[in-house]
Amino acid sequence: MPRKLRADVVVIGGGPAGMAAALGAKEGGAKDVFLLERGNELGGILNQCIHPGFGVQLFREELTGPEYAGVFTERLSSSGVEVMTSTLVCEVKKDGRVKAVNRSGVWEFVARSVVMAMGCRERTRDMLRIPGTRPAGVLTAGLVQYLVNVEGLLPGREVVILGSGDIGLIVARRLELEGVHVKAVVEIRDSLSGLVRNYVQCLLDFDIPIFFSHTVTGIQGEGRVEAVEISRVDEDWRPVSATAYWMECDALLLSVGLIPENELSRRMGIPLYPESGGPYIDENGATELPNIYACGNVSSVFDLVDYVSMVSERTGRAAASTAARRPVAFTLERGEGVGMVVPQRIRERGEGDIFFRPARSVRDGSVQFRMGEKIIFENTMPVCRPSEMVRIPSKKVSWPGETGKVRVEIHGEPIRGI
Amino acid sequence: MENQFEESDDIICTACPMGCHTVVRRENSSYHVRGAQCPRGERYVKVEATDPRRVVATTVKVRNGSIRRLPVKTSLPFPRDRMRELVHSLSALEVSAPVRRGETIKRNLLGEKVDLVATRDVSVQ
Repeated sequence: MPRKLRADVVVIGGGPAGMAAALGAKEGGAKDVFLLERGNELGGILNQCIHPGFGVQLFREELTGPEYAGVFTERLSSSGVEVMTSTLVCEVKKDGRVKAVNRSGVWEFVARSVVMAMGCRERTRDMLRIPGTRPAGVLTAGLVQYLVNVEGLLPGREVVILGSGDIGLIVARRLELEGVHVKAVVEIRDSLSGLVRNYVQCLLDFDIPIFFSHTVTGIQGEGRVEAVEISRVDEDWRPVSATAYWMECDALLLSVGLIPENELSRRMGIPLYPESGGPYIDENGATELPNIYACGNVSSVFDLVDYVSMVSERTGRAAASTAARRPVAFTLERGEGVGMVVPQRIRERGEGDIFFRPARSVRDGSVQFRMGEKIIFENTMPVCRPSEMVRIPSKKVSWPGETGKVRVEIHGEPIRGI
Repeated sequence: MENQFEESDDIICTACPMGCHTVVRRENSSYHVRGAQCPRGERYVKVEATDPRRVVATTVKVRNGSIRRLPVKTSLPFPRDRMRELVHSLSALEVSAPVRRGETIKRNLLGEKVDLVATRDVSVQ
């Protein structure tokens, strides 16, 4: 028989989102708050991100991932939140029942509110459908970051990285410092996917070349990767076969994007937003199901952990509240030049923040929120890049009295290269 | 006296997300920056041209710990051109658990007056 526990708020996932949500729920007045983490410690992905660059927005100080996680685990230890590590959630029901398993058996929580904070996972070779043999040595960049920084293992000696996202760039530097030769970064777009700072400090500092408008079109090797085929692509990202050549290497790392991890949400029947892969949420992280919330990378992949902490704390507070939700006043949709927008629903005008990701790099950008022909927010930005989400406090938007659809658009001069 | 005149490679400013492409020119002992769009960037680029430094993060071996590798970082930015040498010099270093976040692991790295500090707690296994 599962052990039954009543809870005000159950938070699933003990990474940055879940930690902040649990603290937010406590601050919001919830009495019984449980934080369930499948790993053997809190912190999630922060524990393997040993480089500095976290916390600038929140603490005005550059912390490493483990330091940032440390601040939150300390806060949690004196907060009264019940933390359960090595505990895997198997099922969440719409009525707030959460089934979990750990060494002491099966647990069933009956929660007034559930916060989904499971984070995201990396896109893999299968999702890219790279042809060739199936040798060892094809790994995602985040997995390599874990192997190097936590386990002390190296993925190979001569490495090629596909994708110029930040994880790939940071792993490239880490490998070079450990004596691995990173032969090239290959990027299908004609501009950098990651931050310019990471291009300078991870690639230029170590003389690693980057090939824009190129991709990996083949993998060769019996048992172990021996070479990868690299081809130039045309404007529609189709490989030009005449340009293909083989580069010898013993590992191929993939840094080709992250997808929210929503198996639990899907099984539960929460509507998901196709552009981000996460549940539709409002400014408080409320999903379309009553009493079910989502925050952090499980809703949409964020680039700054500081933003994850901020929105998740807000979500935790909302999950603690017993007040009835207001009806949806606006739906936000991505328009020209925008990859995704979060939240997608606004219930209360002027509350929380709106984040969106540019679809491409542009200079002299103009950001607009439109309701039909009416512009309810406008701003200019010297540069917009897909690597950097734009954050607009909701109170800066001139929300009208009427309700309806709002399109978020970015216009500007395209940037190529860096 | 002959005029010393030197133009560095392009330096991309990373003081903010703008990423300005700049050129630094040295005339005798003063530096002129072209292409930076703000004073903060100008200062950053001058330092980058003369004494580039980075905070270096790596791991060292832990004995009797709950984890195998202790994440560490330099207490201050360290000379960029000695980063590889620094990480290599730490390969034989071993520390014993317990370790506290913020604890100094090694002083005066390669004589550069920069220390190595732990970035997380490690308990005894």
